[in-house]
Amino acid sequence: MLTAVEIEALRLSLQVALVAVAASLPLAIGVAWLLARCEFPGKTLLDTVVHLPLVLPPVVIGYGLLVLFGTQGPVGGWLHESFGLRLIFTRWGAALAAAVMAFPLMVRAIRLALEAIDRGLESAARTLGASRLDVFFTVTLPLMLPGIVSGGIVAFAAALGDFGATITFVGNVPGETQTLSLAIYSLTQTPDGDAAAARLVLIALALAVGALYASELAARRVRLYIGRA
Amino acid sequence: MTRLRVDTRRRLGSVEHRADFDLPLAGLTALFGPSGAGKSTLVNLIAGLLRPEHGRIAVGDTVFFDAARGIDLPVHRRELGIVFQDARLFPHLSVGDNLRFGLRRAGERARAPRMPYDAVVALLGLEALLARRPHTLSGGERQRVAVGRALLAQPRLLLMDEPLASLDAPRKAEVLPYIEHLRDAFDLPILYVTHAVDEVLRLASALVLFERGTVVDAGALTEVIAHPAAAALRGGADAGVLVAGAVRDHDPRYGLTTLACEGFALRVPRVDLPPGTPVRLRVPAREVALALSPPDDVSISNRIAGRVEQVLPGPDAPASADVEVRVRVGAGTVLSAMVTRESVERLALAPGLRCWCLIKSVALHADALALARGRALRTGGDAGPAQA
Repeated sequence: MLTAVEIEALRLSLQVALVAVAASLPLAIGVAWLLARCEFPGKTLLDTVVHLPLVLPPVVIGYGLLVLFGTQGPVGGWLHESFGLRLIFTRWGAALAAAVMAFPLMVRAIRLALEAIDRGLESAARTLGASRLDVFFTVTLPLMLPGIVSGGIVAFAAALGDFGATITFVGNVPGETQTLSLAIYSLTQTPDGDAAAARLVLIALALAVGALYASELAARRVRLYIGRA
Repeated sequence: MTRLRVDTRRRLGSVEHRADFDLPLAGLTALFGPSGAGKSTLVNLIAGLLRPEHGRIAVGDTVFFDAARGIDLPVHRRELGIVFQDARLFPHLSVGDNLRFGLRRAGERARAPRMPYDAVVALLGLEALLARRPHTLSGGERQRVAVGRALLAQPRLLLMDEPLASLDAPRKAEVLPYIEHLRDAFDLPILYVTHAVDEVLRLASALVLFERGTVVDAGALTEVIAHPAAAALRGGADAGVLVAGAVRDHDPRYGLTTLACEGFALRVPRVDLPPGTPVRLRVPAREVALALSPPDDVSISNRIAGRVEQVLPGPDAPASADVEVRVRVGAGTVLSAMVTRESVERLALAPGLRCWCLIKSVALHADALALARGRALRTGGDAGPAQA
């Protein structure tokens, strides 16, 4: 059985990861589109920046977020002044950290799905009277769905498991920023915390495996639906 | 009569694509030429999927493109129907939804459609396929759906870009009659891109000839076919001629029909058409034999007197085993006979020589010939290259 603390950490993690993925999905689609379909000066730079969280140490990302979004930072300061919004030590900050870490995974999956779409289908739709916007919503988006779904689920799993960026940016506040990985870490540093830590580890494992499995299943289902069995 | 006026130039890699013609849009016009000659490019230019560098494209009173005046009508507003070589059905939609895709976007034109949904579905035999998904269909079925989808967009002009090229022979034979039927059923001009001789001869009444990225001639099929670049339509293994005629009478005892052609008659296996129906008959050169005197003790029913007009290739050309002998018969029709060079020498066939063309009735069977309805024979007479 789980203690209140453990349930708290689990619930928080799920909330943070969900918000992170949902909020960054439209941006991920937009960036994937830019990288897949457009040519512009600075494209390589954008590509590099988007993929940084995959290669940089997570703590470095967290530090960068602190510099930018902390209450003394340029963006964080502005948010605090204009809206009274504070990101550090809050779950929204945790969501931001998780989102940044998961972003490249989403963009990659969506970009791949986009690049796999037969442009001839889009031309055909245009000749049948569909404007470019119409084509995007009635042809491109449905065909991108497998990539969006599987990318979203993998991003969700990655967001769930972030440690370095989260703890560096928003700290380890139980109930507010102490997501699953942080809780496990804290428990291992506590005497008699091993049993609880083990329980949470098993949950984390189950979530990760479940997410990957669900991602595969969902993508396959969607592929069947759009007829690419 | 709506006219298609094209005068464009566009560079593609190292070749410059030029088209300059003015055609009345009636019936089915074939765009013919070898692969890579620029036919598909022209379709893409007319559709708006490719932009010319210079020039003008207009269909009737509507200007699609005018470089000088900066006009470039967007693709989705050109009201065209395009059938691509690879069908391009939307995999995430059922056949029924694919069919309705263009119809739903046809706005005003869908209110009293010239090509109604039920008529198109019936014409193309798609009733049984409506709930299916494109990836479960055969190649022939997919193309029929693609044709239906393009028709249902209520286009002012139907463009078909080598629609049968990716099909094997049986599928092609399955789909071709549907195209003939739609040509005759709807009052819709069709531009048909192909490099297949039999499709041109069977379907078209007008022809646009392509060679290395340029339109070299355009006009009625019976006229343009004389152009040097149309040699493939006249010569080679598919050599043959188109003979115009009409059904004269039927012989129920022997199951034969007599066709009255220009100055001579042909007996063919029975065709189910009323007397007086104008038809167009393809007589393959391989089925025509030649004799110096009319043989009576031979099984061949059709023996037509004529005079040798031309022997191809000429004496200067490299030697080949087969030779095409063109013979003028009746009131001026030219028949083509494919014979061995050996026979030509043996019989001393030369221009001016009187001879008889022997054609087996059995060889003019429905599979070996194309019976075209009279509609296709009424060609657009006043077509040609656009004025400078």
